[in-house]
Amino acid sequence: MSKSDYKGVDYYNLDDLYADEEKAIRGTVRDFVDHEVIPIIEKYNQEMKFPMHLIPKMGELGLFGPTLPVEYGGMGINNVSYGLIMQELERGDSGVRSFASVMSGLVMYPIYTYGSEEQKKFWLPKLATAEKIGCFGLTEPDFGSNPGGMITKAEKVSDGYLLNGAKMWITNGTIADVAVVWAKLDGKVKGFLVEKGTKGFSAPETKGKLSLRASVTSELVFEDCLIPAENILPKSSGLKSPLSCLTQARYGIAWGVIGMAMHCYHTALEYTKSRIQFGKPLAAFQITQEKLAYMLTEITKAQLLDYRLAQMKDNGTMRPQHVSMAKRNNCELAKTIASMAREMLGANGILDEYPIMRHLNNIESVKTYEGTHEMHTLILGEDVTGFAAFE
Amino acid sequence: MKIVVCVSTVPDSTTKIKVGGSGKSIDEAGVTFIINPYDEFAVEEAVQLKEKNTGEVIAVSFGTDRAKEGIKKAFQMGADKGILIKAASDDFDSYTVAKNLAAVIKDLSPDIVLFGKQSIDFDGLVVPKMTAEFLGMPSVNVVTKLELNGTDATIEREIEGGKETLKAKLPLVIGAQKGLNTPRYPNLKSIMASKSKPIEEKAAIDEPVKSSVLEMNLPAAKGQGKVFSDGAANVPELVRLLREEAKVI
Repeated sequence: MSKSDYKGVDYYNLDDLYADEEKAIRGTVRDFVDHEVIPIIEKYNQEMKFPMHLIPKMGELGLFGPTLPVEYGGMGINNVSYGLIMQELERGDSGVRSFASVMSGLVMYPIYTYGSEEQKKFWLPKLATAEKIGCFGLTEPDFGSNPGGMITKAEKVSDGYLLNGAKMWITNGTIADVAVVWAKLDGKVKGFLVEKGTKGFSAPETKGKLSLRASVTSELVFEDCLIPAENILPKSSGLKSPLSCLTQARYGIAWGVIGMAMHCYHTALEYTKSRIQFGKPLAAFQITQEKLAYMLTEITKAQLLDYRLAQMKDNGTMRPQHVSMAKRNNCELAKTIASMAREMLGANGILDEYPIMRHLNNIESVKTYEGTHEMHTLILGEDVTGFAAFE
Repeated sequence: MKIVVCVSTVPDSTTKIKVGGSGKSIDEAGVTFIINPYDEFAVEEAVQLKEKNTGEVIAVSFGTDRAKEGIKKAFQMGADKGILIKAASDDFDSYTVAKNLAAVIKDLSPDIVLFGKQSIDFDGLVVPKMTAEFLGMPSVNVVTKLELNGTDATIEREIEGGKETLKAKLPLVIGAQKGLNTPRYPNLKSIMASKSKPIEEKAAIDEPVKSSVLEMNLPAAKGQGKVFSDGAANVPELVRLLREEAKVI
């Protein structure tokens, strides 16, 4: 009875490749999204609020940091399962998926990878249950695609580190209990944990967003913010540390946006089958069928790209450039599919009765954050030519 | 507390059913099999009873290998052990199922046995009652509320136009109706834990069927609807058709 009628899109029988627990995890998140996210999300999106009440439920389901080992509060799941979680969450909303992505890929991953044993033991189990919320600060007002130019700096003082600078476009910033902040210490990028309430630290919310409205976006401001010496991430070293976190987040996006594309395709398919014009369903027109065939084919290609990416991530052969290809391709197709679906629904496509316009607005952010389309193009370009166009 | 929950595995409720080549069963190509939806209420109740009273939940199913799907779902929701009574073929009826379930459950000596009120594939509605009879246990079906106090059970069940409250002694057989509880979404922890829970296989007892399928047919396709577009002028004709043709007024 808790089953969803939504069956996803599986034209190439990928379910034959997924293990029992991978399908079960997807099923649980799908049910959660059907019952807890979709019925309420339009309201939160319009009111520009994040549905805070979902956080403990997602924690109880085990959706934060699930690939980490059990001893740190993780679930020890593989990257196919993780990808399927992201796919289902983003069918609900990019803001909800972003919350989970940030917790797993941008907060728990760096603490697990670059943190001390004490930091890992203290923070990870609390983040896994969402008793504590985290955010990640890398981008600055003047340094987006070029994070290496960051101005935020840390200075060693007798009782810890003094942070000065500002970060921008930070998901969860205002609601976070802990921020993973990247700053230059003696010219070299290092990670620091800044706790909510630390003197000299504020996180005002960004207003006026027309995209990712059901998500908290903030600025992080550090003015002579003194943090204890033990709050440095000891194993972090240089720009490659935060970039490795972005690889995790981009991986989640590459899967997540397929969920969005599936939702738009599914909505357009059902709508055009039932909407009658000139005495027959829109779906009976060749021009509609061409669009549906395109959408289905692109979704299927993206699924195959992600499935192979997951295998490579699990067996340790995945490179960041592989993730760039999937993030770049899948965001592009999700944007195209959302836009096509909007047109196929005609005037109804702009109403909040359908998810299309919200997804279409959201993909503008998702295509831009965690590396713009252009940056991923240049990353792939550098990988095959050996010439870095952005240096 | 020893809790047995009987689960069956059925075609997904959104499946478009086709009759197979034999004309006696469905064409299983492309069909997704799931736990019987009413059994989810039974499993949830079983797991809640375990959480309140401690003990163990044993999921029992009769069928072919496919019946493992239902047991696996019960594992994910929190059942501890599984037993598959392995049917040699698909040729069984409600009597065979109940006889086999009773034989296995008897040896388990449970405090309570839970079923879904019916399975949504064949809608026989008799397996819970028949199993209870073979076990010599009292049984109540279509249950929407269950309260235990020691070995005393207070049970609410749906009846036409209302509800009925009954009392019975454990051990007892219960058939769960929608409304008994809200089945949980299995969390990742229990899904991962379910991977290491073993399913014990037992051979079915050789019990001849009491009934067998002669043929299976889909319902007749719906006819074309009638559209009346002349407003009030059509009302007399509409009323006549509703009375004489549709026979609904």
